[in-house]
Amino acid sequence: MPTRTKTVLIWLLTFTVMLIICMPGLWIILSAFRTNGEILTKPAIWIPQNLTLDNFRAIFGFGENVIGVPVSSYFRNSLVISVTSTFLALLIGMTGGYAFARYQFPGKSSTFLWLMLSRTVPGIALSLPIFIIWSRLGIIDTKFGVILVYTAINVPFTVWLTEGFFRQVPNDLNEAAQIDGCTRWQAFWKIEFPLAKSGIASAGIFAFLTSWNEYALASQLTRSTDSKTLPVGLMDFTAQFTIDWAGMCAMAVIIIIPALILTFLVQKHLIAGLTFGGVKG
Amino acid sequence: MAEVKLTNVVKRYGSVEVVHGIDLEIAHNEFVVLVGPSGCGKSTTLRMIAGLEEISDGEIKIGETVVNNLPPRKRNISMVFQNYALYPHMTVSENLGFSLKIAGKSGAEISAAVANAAEILGLGDLLERTPAELSGGQRQRVAMGRAIVRHPDVFLFDEPLSNLDAKLRTQMRVEIKKLHQKIKTTIVYVTHDQVEAMTLADRIVIMKDGHIVQVGTPLDVFERPVDTFVAAFIGSPPMNLINGHIEADHVVFSDGNRLPVPPDFTGKLADGRQVVFGFRADVLMPKGHTLAESGVVTDLDLKIDFAEPLGSESILLSTLGGKEIQARMHNPRPVNEGEVLTCELHLEKCHIFDASSTKNLRE
Ligand SMILES: Nc1ncnc2c1ncn2[C@@H]1O[C@H](COP(=O)(O)OP(=O)(O)O)[C@@H](O)[C@H]1O
Ligand SMILES: [Mg+2]
Repeated sequence: MPTRTKTVLIWLLTFTVMLIICMPGLWIILSAFRTNGEILTKPAIWIPQNLTLDNFRAIFGFGENVIGVPVSSYFRNSLVISVTSTFLALLIGMTGGYAFARYQFPGKSSTFLWLMLSRTVPGIALSLPIFIIWSRLGIIDTKFGVILVYTAINVPFTVWLTEGFFRQVPNDLNEAAQIDGCTRWQAFWKIEFPLAKSGIASAGIFAFLTSWNEYALASQLTRSTDSKTLPVGLMDFTAQFTIDWAGMCAMAVIIIIPALILTFLVQKHLIAGLTFGGVKG
Repeated sequence: MAEVKLTNVVKRYGSVEVVHGIDLEIAHNEFVVLVGPSGCGKSTTLRMIAGLEEISDGEIKIGETVVNNLPPRKRNISMVFQNYALYPHMTVSENLGFSLKIAGKSGAEISAAVANAAEILGLGDLLERTPAELSGGQRQRVAMGRAIVRHPDVFLFDEPLSNLDAKLRTQMRVEIKKLHQKIKTTIVYVTHDQVEAMTLADRIVIMKDGHIVQVGTPLDVFERPVDTFVAAFIGSPPMNLINGHIEADHVVFSDGNRLPVPPDFTGKLADGRQVVFGFRADVLMPKGHTLAESGVVTDLDLKIDFAEPLGSESILLSTLGGKEIQARMHNPRPVNEGEVLTCELHLEKCHIFDASSTKNLRE
């Protein structure tokens, strides 16, 4: 087969696969700009007739039909919870990853294995025990409670990812830095941290996205406007007999945007992080 | 600038002892090379001096200070690593200036010191490059530059040339020697390559299995090896070592050949004693192809198995006492395989080692 035809075929195939994967997402974005009437019409109207920003106006409280969903509170909760838990997970996970990469200690490999195995437990299986413990502790329906859970979920993955990156940084470098006058701590911050930062950045974005998008546990652990996150808030659009699809889609778009922006910002690191192309030289 | 003194230094990893109580004194401005086969504890010893490994027992002094418990940064040493260990995210000039920056020196001071080091090592054009953009030899030079900017008391090198190709290695060896003459600092240099050791060292420390076997100038260890290990390790080609036993002031080999003992051993060795007779290729030369040298000489007829012409000389391979031996032929002529040549052996330069302890009986 001539390479030209091959390229075209590969592109076509990729495009089709991507279209199938992205279809639901695209449909949500499209629906965010349509009216409930148009969304629910049967047979479906594929090409939108009239696009509108009314759904967003409604969410943010402008326009004639204001909806009763406190999106800005949810947004704030989501932001506080995701940022804090990501920060904590990075701090703990990075320290752990560094220790696993650099130090020998008894039970090292089995500890590492158990840490990774904890990822095999579906989060939802933990929801009941967590719910019971959290309610005894009185941290049900608080941001703190959710932050704690998300931090715990994210730490193993962060450890795993950063461990790989720190292991790639030759130990010689930190020794050279110590000889050059650094304390162990300075050697870490000035040499090893910058060299592993792709890995740390990608661990960070993964942790953030996990927290930002998590629904199952948050729906159990949060109740009020003070702690509900955006994904949980989506359910506010369902009433007993009706679902406001247009509003829900508009809010979904609002949820997607920050994640999208963040992903683009750290794209460079993310690729390095995923391909483990970290440090050479 | 300082002496380094190791007293009964021991290193254990868990229950395994890898360095067994070594004593070593290194003088101010001396260039000392630790040499030995791989795994004998050279790097471990160097890293203990650097403070990168804790010492399990004993004492290390740099200058007047016992440094046992001092971290590397307080020892005023610098080190060149086998893999250079340049900081990949910094330019050459940042690499060179890093230690001074950590020490809180001013920008002007740093750039002056960096410029000076770059000048000494010919790095001027490379200052803005990153390590990834340098060749092996250039990285090596930057690593040395990084070590000299701080004017350390002691310079440590761990096999710095082993990642370079043969030609570059020879070139850098000369540069290191010149560098030492220029900056006059105590140097401890680790290598497994005896040629490097011989060419660089003021004094060679030969190590084996975590022990120091011999310490001496290159000439010392070459001419007066304390045992068969040193004799075989130092010098190229290695010393010929042939097992035999004493009979009436002669060493008798398994194939019935016999050679007189060196003059200073006459009458000193009991009959029947098991020994190893040792001599270098340089003291066994075919008649007519010797360097004019007087002394006690004995003749030996050797069937030549093979000749390696090296230009101004040839190495002849033959067999004696069941061992392959090497002789040196100056102003060589072509030699046929199987040809029998009468060779002169300079007996004063021969060694007798005890067969069981392997010690040189002359010591
Ligand atoms: N971290 C370590 N743990 C256990 N054994 C070690 C460690 N580092 C070195 N050794 C052992 O110590 C011995 C000396 O090693 P080293 O000093 O690196 O030898 P070399 O002379 O080749 O530099 C070797 O047998 C090596 O296996
Ligand atoms: Mg070594």
